[in-house]
Amino acid sequence: MSKNQEFYWRRLHSLLGVIPVGLFLVFHLSLNFTATGGEETYNNATGMMELIPHWLLLIVEWVVIYIPLLMHGLYGVYIAFTATNNAKRFSTFRNWMFVLQRFTGVFLVIFIAWHIFQTRIQKALGAEVNFNMMEEIVANPWMLTFYIVGIISATLHLSNGIWSFLVSWGITQSPKSQKIATYVTMIFFVVLSVVGVAAILAFV
Amino acid sequence: MTTAVETTGRTVKLEILRQDRQGEPTRWEKFEVPYRPGMNVISALMFIQQNPVTADGQNTSPVTWDMNCLEEVCGACSMVINGRPRQSCSTLIDQLEQPIRLEPMKTFPIVRDLQVDRSRMFNALKKVKAWVPIDGTYDLGEGPRMPERKRQWAYELSKCMTCGVCMEACPNVSESSSFIGPAPLSQVRLFNAHPTGAMTKDERLNAIMGDGGLANCGNSQNCVAACPKGIPLTTSIAALNRATTVQMFRNFFGSDHMVD
Repeated sequence: MSKNQEFYWRRLHSLLGVIPVGLFLVFHLSLNFTATGGEETYNNATGMMELIPHWLLLIVEWVVIYIPLLMHGLYGVYIAFTATNNAKRFSTFRNWMFVLQRFTGVFLVIFIAWHIFQTRIQKALGAEVNFNMMEEIVANPWMLTFYIVGIISATLHLSNGIWSFLVSWGITQSPKSQKIATYVTMIFFVVLSVVGVAAILAFV
Repeated sequence: MTTAVETTGRTVKLEILRQDRQGEPTRWEKFEVPYRPGMNVISALMFIQQNPVTADGQNTSPVTWDMNCLEEVCGACSMVINGRPRQSCSTLIDQLEQPIRLEPMKTFPIVRDLQVDRSRMFNALKKVKAWVPIDGTYDLGEGPRMPERKRQWAYELSKCMTCGVCMEACPNVSESSSFIGPAPLSQVRLFNAHPTGAMTKDERLNAIMGDGGLANCGNSQNCVAACPKGIPLTTSIAALNRATTVQMFRNFFGSDHMVD
């Protein structure tokens, strides 16, 4: 990394986490939520994606998902491992969120790598991504647990990430504005977690 | 030295982390000193300096620490007392659980025992140009007037004594990271708020946009909780985040509004 580029990398990292990665997560969990309406509703909803021309879908996937996610993930791992966690000595809410942001981040790299392998790469190898595929995956109780932990890690990482985004770009400055942002992002965390977990349980 | 020590019969138990120099092995030594009303940690350390004998009667070297003003203004005597970084002058024995555990602030290089080298903080102040430049070849006269309410607010930021407590509390400041830490960042806000200092505010903003600068803050907000002077460090950091966001676009698009 060349000299004096760190500021821009950090800002890019912060931005990419919300746009597009965060937006994609909200879209992804919302689409999955259609599974609560049954197999047919889910297959119809995901089938809509097939209407997009294949080449266009690939470009969108790389530009909106893979490249930003990879950059956010790799730089995030670097950030996580340069921290010296001290939440035991300084056990404030914000310091615990600092630690959780780093733990969920590292866990999400593992979870998302596995999730992409199990779904997107299998699709590229010829498998069909539909309700049955997810049904088979979560039939294994360990896999179901792994997915639920993964979903909650992702929603927490995004919610707290939005909070830090607001600070890192100088939008929330005063302690009161930051406190209000904490409440709003934590409500967002609960709502998005309910959507995400309800979706995965619909496949059980 | 013969001081009349008022003997109460009570003693104060201390455990001190000793280290001869950076890189040498560390060891815990126990001490027991006579209690006097109103003692602070430094007075206990002074007794050990005069009687360098451990609690089990072994002779040892006097414990080394830094101190200067003895009234929580200079910042020199910071150390980790019962797990919390704070000033040993204003920490009273009566308010501590015993045994009192004293450790150096390990985020800094150790000089000896409880004495650390805070040079990185002073180097950071130089790096961010934490001063108001008024030197020139002729008398520049008076600067612009500062609104009184702004002066009162800025006074709070000026209370920073470079004590290093926020650096010790920050999870992103360590010997392995180049992050300059909360204290010098808040000084940038202070000097950019000064009417004359603001004439070069873009230089300070560009300095904290360098490697190890502002963006390395991870928002754990330990600094503001630990600061003995109650300086709104995280508010300063967030305000600088906004200022550097604007500065970033000004730099990129070549704006000529550098100090507006």
